[in-house]
Amino acid sequence: MSTTIDTLRFATAGSVDDGKSTLVGRLLHDSKSVLADQLEAVEHASRNRGQDAPDLALLTDGLRAEREQGITIDVAYRYFATPRRRFILADTPGHVQYTRNMVTGASTAELAIILVDARNGVVEQTRRHAAVAGLLRVPHVVLAVNKMDLVGYEEQVFERIVEDFAGHAAELGLPGFTPIPVSALVGDNVVERSAHMDWYLGPSLLEFLEEVPVGVEAADAPARFPVQYVIRDGEARYCAGQLVSGALRVGDRVTVHPSGETSQITGIDVLGSAQDVAYAPQSISVRLADQRDVSRGDMITAGVAVPALTREVRAAVCHLADRPLRVGDRVLVRHTTRTVKAIVQDLGGATELTANDLGRIVLRTAEPLAVDDYGVSRRTGAFIVIDPADGATLTAGMVEL
Amino acid sequence: MSSFGLSHLDALESEAVHIFREVAGEFERPVILFSGGKDSIVMLYLALKAFAPAPVPFSLLHVDTGHNFPEVLDYRDRVVTAHGLRLHVASVQDYIDRGVLRERADGTRNPLQTLPLTEKIQSERFDAVFGGGRRDEEKARAKERVFSLRDEFSQWDPRRQRPELWNLYNGRHAPGEHVRVFPLSNWTELDVWQYIAREGIELPEIYYAHHREVFARGGMWLTAGEWGGPRAGETVEKRQVRYRTVGDMSCTGAVDSDADTIEKVIAEIAASRLTERGATRADDKLSEAAMEDRKREGYF
Repeated sequence: MSTTIDTLRFATAGSVDDGKSTLVGRLLHDSKSVLADQLEAVEHASRNRGQDAPDLALLTDGLRAEREQGITIDVAYRYFATPRRRFILADTPGHVQYTRNMVTGASTAELAIILVDARNGVVEQTRRHAAVAGLLRVPHVVLAVNKMDLVGYEEQVFERIVEDFAGHAAELGLPGFTPIPVSALVGDNVVERSAHMDWYLGPSLLEFLEEVPVGVEAADAPARFPVQYVIRDGEARYCAGQLVSGALRVGDRVTVHPSGETSQITGIDVLGSAQDVAYAPQSISVRLADQRDVSRGDMITAGVAVPALTREVRAAVCHLADRPLRVGDRVLVRHTTRTVKAIVQDLGGATELTANDLGRIVLRTAEPLAVDDYGVSRRTGAFIVIDPADGATLTAGMVEL
Repeated sequence: MSSFGLSHLDALESEAVHIFREVAGEFERPVILFSGGKDSIVMLYLALKAFAPAPVPFSLLHVDTGHNFPEVLDYRDRVVTAHGLRLHVASVQDYIDRGVLRERADGTRNPLQTLPLTEKIQSERFDAVFGGGRRDEEKARAKERVFSLRDEFSQWDPRRQRPELWNLYNGRHAPGEHVRVFPLSNWTELDVWQYIAREGIELPEIYYAHHREVFARGGMWLTAGEWGGPRAGETVEKRQVRYRTVGDMSCTGAVDSDADTIEKVIAEIAASRLTERGATRADDKLSEAAMEDRKREGYF
């Protein structure tokens, strides 16, 4: 059994009744990831609802309210594997708070499946999903045109939708996308290639998920090491954290932000073994030549590409909370391992952002943050805005330099 | 994100260590829920790695149902001594003896654990409580955050969960509230076993095939014992079995198995057509929403 097999994290997004739960259920079922007792529970629940065939959507709707209302409320995570790859799926619902849910799912995804109903084509919510995928810089997007069985498996219907979506994708700055015609209900092109659409020569959805390259971050990405915790052992101090980008080597000259002091790495420990080099996303601890006063919230970097040290953070945002965010609000900003006070200085001309709004922000922070452009480094370009009153997560931000 | 050829176990390990260190950096009084089951053993192992060469900056909490497998209690005590850890125990038996909790008709004590757990969290003022829950275990768990806020009654409200983005875990909480933290969220049962094999982690013997006196109830093999089995009409027989999960003896079933080595266990799980909980947990068979209901009330 191989343990070096790689993992694809992906997210699904669809509008109401696009059949997303059915698609996910089909993907799990046809890839033999559903076990006998789970299927038995679904068959039992389907019979209780007066349905003859097992409703695969019930595989993923986990909460009582979801089953009662027949809708999906919250992001659910699914795990499955084929002989070629392991998958972590963030299943993001298309009902209430769909933008918020998709932002959450897309933040850790390397691929997003945007689902449309072949009968309806591209709708407002589809454009919204495409915008979120672009904003969150999800590297790969699949446009799954579902319910092809209900439009007679017509190539023209598919082509029209693809053309329509391509127009929006270009406008929204989406680098590219892969269109696949499917029927989740019948099983066309989900796992097995369809016998009904000989005009389609591309891969089935699962084939594509198995083949798409992962680990797209450049190997020469800038070294970024936010300090999480300082481990003390007698006189020795180890800066512990996760290397979120690039590589660090023993002997590297490094800079500690925000102080700007420099030092040299004298030792790297990768969870119990001394190493000469460490790579993202390893959790490591490092020793510095001089026992400097480094603590949680500091960021250690190496190389010529340094982060921008700023007290004025400009970013694209998605507002997540039900309470609005207003110009002048005092908030907390959580960036890597650092939390600082900040004031909302500008909201791209708007006076407030409400739930699910996409917009722009300028924050003035009490202390400088060492940030990268989100397009260059997701982990050091991302932040969340927190309400200091009750700790609620308000807004997701993506730094623009 | 880039993985630079990291194996999936290395990636999961790194993520879990990151979560432990986040809690150490952000909380005052964290505690690890430790049952002596394989998931809590892997949690403790990862915590030891995360802070080496310094000791783990957390204590352990065992919610003791009083229906323990002796092998598991023995294991717990050896681990606590070996690593110089501090162990807190919340005892269900105490609550029954004091008349605060009453024994259920079916004899299972799993649902009775919530109150002792909650009161221990309050009295010890724990602000972060690590649990070994995995999202692959159950449908309600699939919607759980890595950092999951609980009110002062330990209640979980799935509709009021904070969105959790990137690896930015928001642990802010008011006095009296606490955060449940799940470092193994993204692990599957198979991942846990592969990691145990790779790292050579010792487990209580009952995880491997052995001969034991059992009787059938609710489609599972239960161990005979003082807790209330077998009843009239249930016959005890000796079978070769192993446990896939370890919990309260009254509702944790053994599976027929000849997997007496870790390699055989991994092969068995990879081929299994039943989920871990479906095969071994009577309490989850109660209803479609059994786990959700227990979670809302403050269960693990």
